[in-house]
Parts: sequence; C-alpha cells; structure tokens
Amino acid sequence: MANLKDLRIRITSVKSTRKITSAMKMVAASKLKRAQNAAEQGRPYAERMERMLGELTSSLSTMDGAPKLLSGSGADDTHLIVAITADRGLCGGFNGSIIREAKRRVLDLQAQGKKVKILCLGRKGRDGLNRDFPKDIIDTLEGLTKTGVEYEMVSDVAGNLVERFEAEEFDVCTIIYNRFVSAISQDVTIQQVIPFPVPEADEKDDASDKSQNAMYLMEPSEEEILDELLPRNLSVQLFRALLESNASEHGARMSAMDNATRNAGDMLDDLTMTYNRTRQAVITSELIEIISGAEAL
Amino acid sequence: MAEEKIELEIVTPAKLLFSGVADMVVVPGGEGDFGVLTGHAPMLSTVRAGTIDIYEDDKITAQVFVEGGFAEVTDERCTVLVETAMMVADIDKAAAEKRLNDAKAAQSADSDHVDGLDSPEVTAAEAMVSAAD
Repeated sequence: MANLKDLRIRITSVKSTRKITSAMKMVAASKLKRAQNAAEQGRPYAERMERMLGELTSSLSTMDGAPKLLSGSGADDTHLIVAITADRGLCGGFNGSIIREAKRRVLDLQAQGKKVKILCLGRKGRDGLNRDFPKDIIDTLEGLTKTGVEYEMVSDVAGNLVERFEAEEFDVCTIIYNRFVSAISQDVTIQQVIPFPVPEADEKDDASDKSQNAMYLMEPSEEEILDELLPRNLSVQLFRALLESNASEHGARMSAMDNATRNAGDMLDDLTMTYNRTRQAVITSELIEIISGAEAL
Repeated sequence: MAEEKIELEIVTPAKLLFSGVADMVVVPGGEGDFGVLTGHAPMLSTVRAGTIDIYEDDKITAQVFVEGGFAEVTDERCTVLVETAMMVADIDKAAAEKRLNDAKAAQSADSDHVDGLDSPEVTAAEAMVSAAD
C-alpha cells in the first residue's frame, strides 16, 4: 500500500490539475459563445453569396469560356487539400478527426494515381500530417484564429490560393473542416471550392425559377461579375469554414475539459478514500503497539 | 410616393448590417448609381465604394457607406453583399482622412503608378471622406 506522503502528493497534484482543466473549460465556454455568435452572424452573407452564384451559374454553365475558377482547369491531376485544424491541442478528438479524414483522402487520391498537395491551416494539422506526408505539405499557416477570425486575413489566404491555382499548381481544391453543430458535436465536412461546384439537377425542377434566372440583367457583363464574384466567394467559403472550425474547436475543448474535470474529481474521491483508510490503519497499528508495549511491562 | 416598399438587406461577412424596408434605395453601382424601386427588373451589379441612400417618403432616412461588393435586385428585394459597410453616422472622419493620406502616400511611392488613375484604395478612401461630410 502506498504510504501517506505519496498519497498526499498525488492528491495535491490531481487537485491542481482539476483546477487547470476547470479554468480551461470556463475560458473555452466564454470563447465558444463569442465564436458561435460570429459563426451565426457570418452565415447570412455566405448563404446569400451562394444563392447569387447559384443563380448566375445556372444561367451560365453552358457558356464556353467561363472563368477557370468555375469550369476548372480541364485536368484532374493535382489535388490540393486544405486541412483546417486548431493551433492547440487539448480539445478531444477535434484535430484527430480532421487529420484522420485528410489522411484517408490523401491515400485514396494517391491510390488513384493523382498528385496531392496539402495546405495546413493550424499547427496541429501540420504536426499530424507531417509524419506521413512530409513532402506533400506546401505550406502551414498558424495563428489565424488567435484573435477571432478576421475577414481580411482570410481573403489574403484565398487570394494566395487563387494565385496558386492560376499558376496551375493544382486543379482541384477541397477544404476539410469541422462544422459546428453544437457544443458537444462537430461534423467533419469536406467541401470542394475550386472549381466551384455548380448546383446539381435537383434544383432544375423548379422551372419557373429557372426562367426568371435567365432574365437577370448584368451590369457590367456576366464575365466581369463572375470574375469578381468567384474569388470573393472563395474567401467567403474559407471564412465561413474558419468561423465554423473556430466555434467547433472551443466547443470540443469545452466538453473535453469538462470530462477531464469530472475524471479528476472521481480520482480525487478515490485517492482521499485510500488516504483516510491508510491513515486509520496507521493509527490502529500504532495503538496496538503502544498497548502491547504497556502490557509487557 | 411608392405604395409598396422594397426590402433591403445589407450584408457583410461579419454580420447583417441592415435589414428593413424602404420606398427607394440608391446604390452606387460599378457602372454608376442606380435607384431601386419595387418592381425593378432582376439585376446583378457590382458595387463601388460609396453611400447607399435609403429613401422613405421622398427623404433620405439612412445612409450606409459600403465598399466593394455586389448587389442583387429582384422585383421585391434588394440584397447588397459588401466587404465593409457602416452607417454614415458611424464614420470616424479623422480616421477616414488618415486613410486617404496613407493611400495617397502609398500611391505616390508606387513606381508602377500611372498618373491620373487612382489606386482602388485612394478611390475608396476618397469616397469614405466625402461620405463623412
């Protein structure tokens, strides 16, 4: 049986761990509230942007010479995977699930003989993917979510992506991120952003809507609007993904830390019980020693 | 005066800035300002830096400064998607002037600059200053 001193030391250390995890939980909870708010405020823009693009593309997609961001580069050889993770750990399966999904996709694509490049947003993603694909990671960006997600920073990243695409460094771009469902559940989401996926046939049955779409006046021309709209859409999609991922991160961390706090509490109960038992046993054996000593005299 | 009103929404990536109804909306389009009344033909346009004027009873009731984006007009709705937007009353004039000066300095420092053609930043800052007046 462990001696009393060891037990005391363990109890203090578990106590301070519990203090830290419960503080982290509190911090995550307050950050979650802000992040969730930001994610919700960002939704209307992304939704309307999508609707606008959908209307535009459904009247345009037949036309030749559409911008490459829409029609693709014509090839399907090099895939870019943007893995959005957190910079920090201690948030349960948040980073792990993204890394697992990214790995699965990379291996899949490589098995099909495609070239794969990886862009990591968030340090943990690089740490996880670096082990298996050190040569495929083209860049890592950190600190994007440090002070809340800022649109300007994201649109720089998106601009960089467009440049790389135009330099024909890749043909298809997919982002992998955690979509925020609630504080305790996140969905790993895979979204293709380049080329922009044109809404599929299921929307076409609304024929009256379609005929109205075709009547849109464009000012200036369709091409010019698309040229501006597509890069902006990319930043918006990326921005939304980051907002969602940020909210998910804090949610995941909050529930992970909540669990840790509870586990520490359980452990503390066990340890205190053992400590008291041991203490009583020691007292009993001391008493027996004294009594039997007195009897011997 | 229009009997029916048009729904106006001004949205930025960070939030929904304005959502409401108006008699008429004047939007600074990429090819010139245009007014939107209810029953307007469906239209998509780019938006340049400038002010959106919101009319109620033939008077301007609100002005919003916007920068870079798109407007979508349907017969009963006008949606403006922009990178930045703020109520004109909230513009900090000193900050706007500083931005204009910075932009001008950056422009004159730029060796590739063609005379008589302002950089987008200068145009935007100028629009911001004049909106603040």
